[in-house]
Amino acid sequence: MFMNRENDTIAAISTAPGRSGIGIIRISGSEALNIADGMIVTKSGKKLDIQGQPSHTVKYGFFSDGNEMIDEVLITVFRKPRSYTAEDTVEISCHGGSFILRRVLSHIIKNGARAAEPGEFTRRAFLNGRIDLTEAEAVMDVISSSNEFARKNAVTLLRGGLYKKIIILRDEIIHETAFLESALDDPEHYSLDGYPSQLRVKVSEMIGEIEELLSGADTGRILKSGIKTAIVGKPNVGKSSILNLLSGENRAIVTDIPGTTRDVLSSEVLIDGIPLILSDTAGIRETGDKVEKIGVERSRETIEKADLCLFTVDSSSEINSEDMEIFDHIMSLGKKCIVLLNKTDLRSDRDHHFNFSCPVIDFSVPEEMGLKELRETVSEMFLSEKLKTDEEIFVSCERQLTELRLSRDSLELVINSIDDNMTEDFFTSDLMDAYTHLGNVIGESTDEDLFDRIFSEFCMGK
Amino acid sequence: MKTLIRDYESAVIGAGHAGCEAGLALARLGIKTIVFTVSINSVAMMPCNPNIGGSSKGHLVREIDALGGEMGKNIDKTFIQSKMLNSSKGPAVHSLRAQADKEDYSRSMRQVLEGQDNLTLKQAEITELLTENGEVKGVKTLTGMVYITKAVVLCTGVYLKARCLCGEAITNTGPNGLKAANSLSDSLIKAGVEIHRYKTGTPARLDGRTIDFSKMAPQYGDVPVVPFSFSTDPSTVQKEQVPCFLTYTNETTHEIIRGSLDRSPLFAGVIEGTGPRYCPSIEDKVVKFPDKNRHQVFLEPEGIHTNEWYVDGMSSSMPEDVQLRMYRSVPGLENADIVRNAYAIEYDCFKGIQLKHSLEFKNVKGLFSGGQSNGSSGYEEAAAQGLIAGINAAMFIKGREPLIIDRSEGYIGVLIDDLVTKEGFEPYRMMTSRAEYRLLLRQDNADRRLRRKGYEAGLISDSELQALNEKEKLIFSEIERLKGITVGASASISEFLLSVGSTPLVTGASLEEIIRRPELSYEKIAPIDPDRPELPPDIIEQINIEIKYKGYLERELRQVEQFKKLEKKRIPTDIDFTRIHGIRLEAQQKLNKFRPENIGQASRIQGISPADIQILSIYLDAKDKSRFEESHT
Repeated sequence: MFMNRENDTIAAISTAPGRSGIGIIRISGSEALNIADGMIVTKSGKKLDIQGQPSHTVKYGFFSDGNEMIDEVLITVFRKPRSYTAEDTVEISCHGGSFILRRVLSHIIKNGARAAEPGEFTRRAFLNGRIDLTEAEAVMDVISSSNEFARKNAVTLLRGGLYKKIIILRDEIIHETAFLESALDDPEHYSLDGYPSQLRVKVSEMIGEIEELLSGADTGRILKSGIKTAIVGKPNVGKSSILNLLSGENRAIVTDIPGTTRDVLSSEVLIDGIPLILSDTAGIRETGDKVEKIGVERSRETIEKADLCLFTVDSSSEINSEDMEIFDHIMSLGKKCIVLLNKTDLRSDRDHHFNFSCPVIDFSVPEEMGLKELRETVSEMFLSEKLKTDEEIFVSCERQLTELRLSRDSLELVINSIDDNMTEDFFTSDLMDAYTHLGNVIGESTDEDLFDRIFSEFCMGK
Repeated sequence: MKTLIRDYESAVIGAGHAGCEAGLALARLGIKTIVFTVSINSVAMMPCNPNIGGSSKGHLVREIDALGGEMGKNIDKTFIQSKMLNSSKGPAVHSLRAQADKEDYSRSMRQVLEGQDNLTLKQAEITELLTENGEVKGVKTLTGMVYITKAVVLCTGVYLKARCLCGEAITNTGPNGLKAANSLSDSLIKAGVEIHRYKTGTPARLDGRTIDFSKMAPQYGDVPVVPFSFSTDPSTVQKEQVPCFLTYTNETTHEIIRGSLDRSPLFAGVIEGTGPRYCPSIEDKVVKFPDKNRHQVFLEPEGIHTNEWYVDGMSSSMPEDVQLRMYRSVPGLENADIVRNAYAIEYDCFKGIQLKHSLEFKNVKGLFSGGQSNGSSGYEEAAAQGLIAGINAAMFIKGREPLIIDRSEGYIGVLIDDLVTKEGFEPYRMMTSRAEYRLLLRQDNADRRLRRKGYEAGLISDSELQALNEKEKLIFSEIERLKGITVGASASISEFLLSVGSTPLVTGASLEEIIRRPELSYEKIAPIDPDRPELPPDIIEQINIEIKYKGYLERELRQVEQFKKLEKKRIPTDIDFTRIHGIRLEAQQKLNKFRPENIGQASRIQGISPADIQILSIYLDAKDKSRFEESHT
């Protein structure tokens, strides 16, 4: 593990998210140019030659993941040793917010770079003799304190089942491995007859659990795919205009997701760097009309899948039992909810006195009122204050997800070996790899405790 | 007046499994060598289990043989049963184990030593190591003779200040009542050697005439027998074998033990040494696994000219009366008589971290150590170290580079690296799971891994090397041939594949690709490969392994490449780690204590972080080192 960390190629977002529209992704290492090559194309889809791009020059193009153009970018090449790390470095300046940056980074990692550890660029710069100890120390101090914080935060994020699950998974894996090794060492004492098929079942379950962790890891998913947000309410309370307002404000970076239906319209927007996938649902009310019924049914499904409901009421008229029924429905599903008191501009009495068990915001589309509050409330709900401003948390989350994926991959190798009728001695090392990767997720690795190693132990010269 | 004897260039202290290999290696490399033993009748004695090999230990024996050691050849001459363990598993964990005729084994090895040029066998207790300015000068015997030598190899096994315990009866003797070496430890401590105390034990030997074997399950050897040594002609080892027998302890046994724990030196706190967790006494097992209602017991013959049977699985330090009741509670042993009691033994051994990978002491030039006295356990582990210590003592005298086997080259490398880089706290036993590159370090390819190293050292003859080269040529050319033959998806081929439980081809494929199918092998596809040459079984085994496990082997080879990079980064011997700015204080001190020889080794020391290693490697690469150095004022 540690061995190939010495000179592989690393990548990370090197600007704080949510602060500005522009973010930079840095790739550093011997493969940096190679990895970036082919990802940048001209508007017409022609590949730009990054390998041949001279040092310290900037090119304009589009970042493509092979299927679609993700963003309009500027790409800067720094050839070794004249870069921050003294290695070959590529910097990609993106225009999208953190959602776009995540997609770009994710594609780069898929193509051979490793998610950089916190402070790793600086460490490399120091180790490569690019910066001296005093400079490095100052930078590392900052990074190490923010990382300490990220570590705590990340662990907190993992709690609520996740952390415990990993502990249990690791325990199961080490138990199985110890048993297999004992049997291999003392074959006259322990028999492994029929054991691989039992193990296969167990390992499949473990993979299933890791998949669940991967899909359920809130921050990971939010950063990757956005917060699924349903705009819910009776017909004609102004849901569509709210959708248009939210999308319109971010028109430059909105992507319409294809395949939306007439009755559930979706749109992707960024609020403070957090991607929201907005769904405008058909108004919900009890109806006998067949066509309308289908729409209502779909709306209910959308609510069920949503991470967040923007419950919209027309505050210029009475809030009736029909509204409350919908609200109760949202609550009964345990959904996060924000109440938008729409059409506030038409209301004579501006002090509302509605009683909801969740945040309530006065909203007006024509007056563009309530946008700021909505942004703040969403931020508060989904990202802790620290997370919002801390660059490093994103890095460590990506790292954690990477480790989870690696542990799943190792376990899949175990399954492959069992399916190929390979005997136990071929896959115990894969089990141990899975164990190590899971340990890395929670910072409890056998020999590779990355957080401790790099941050509490890398205290240069103190 | 002292008599100084200057006839020998090197002295080996001890003639157990390590001492024999060390003495033979030295003498065979042209070094005039004297091998001392406290009892001339105990050369290559097997004081515990009557077998050689077993899981991972079989690998060691093969490696010893590949390098030019004697153990494999000697067991091939004297075994009475042989078995390939784990033969249903992958080739990496196949392990050969042979029951030895103990007397024959010892006698045969003694004959080899006695017939070896440059080697003198001498019965004498060494009481003193002579050093001067951190260099070995020679040794002194109990009877006052002084031998002046250039190198000394310590192979003292379990004899230093040995103490045997059988219940309340405690004697200051070595194994089997042999004389302990009571003075040498103090002399070594004076020379700067750090010592700690370990413990091990052995079960009783029973009179075969009093054992009812009909109540036990016989365990037979393999037919045909595979020899240990790459130089042994397989036809010479096909002989009649004797069985071992399997029985079990029961709740009565466990009750007897539980009822007498207060009389066990182990539980009464009389034993000070640390025992091995993997080889517990029966009282240990009963206490630690209270839920197990029975434990396996193997009855193994000590030889074919004796009635004595070894009770594998029931080592003990209980008093004799408890032992007798305990053994007699086991089915088949109801009337058994004990010939020799079980006992525990405590002994002084050396902290492995004082040694270099060459097995020379870091702080005493010319002093080498190999065997159980380095904190290992087992005949095979001892022999492997004895061989390396002997070879490197010879290299030292000749002024040549030491022979180092690294972790990617052999179990011997894993064994020695673990002993010298990890602070052990119990006797070290080899296990296949200790080897990171297990799939590459197989017992079947030990010759391909290590013969050339043995040749370079000078222990492998031209003809033995020639034989290896020819073997490899056959393997390579046959694999190439198989790659070159493509068969089409014809009806006859499909029919054949179906007949051997495989599936028909969709497109053409090479014979190599067909062999790779899990259900097929080189042998199985013979009917569709009529022009194949006649090849011996060991060649076919290599072809099968290389083709069938290609993906796995290549993956490990890539890992080895990474590993080698770090092993090649040498650290100068005169480096002061405490001066390197940026390495943590704790790590600086550890590094100064261990004095690793290369970056890879440094990275395996417990408590050294990747960050420390990175700074260290940058420091070593830096042209201007002062940039990283702290001034000590």
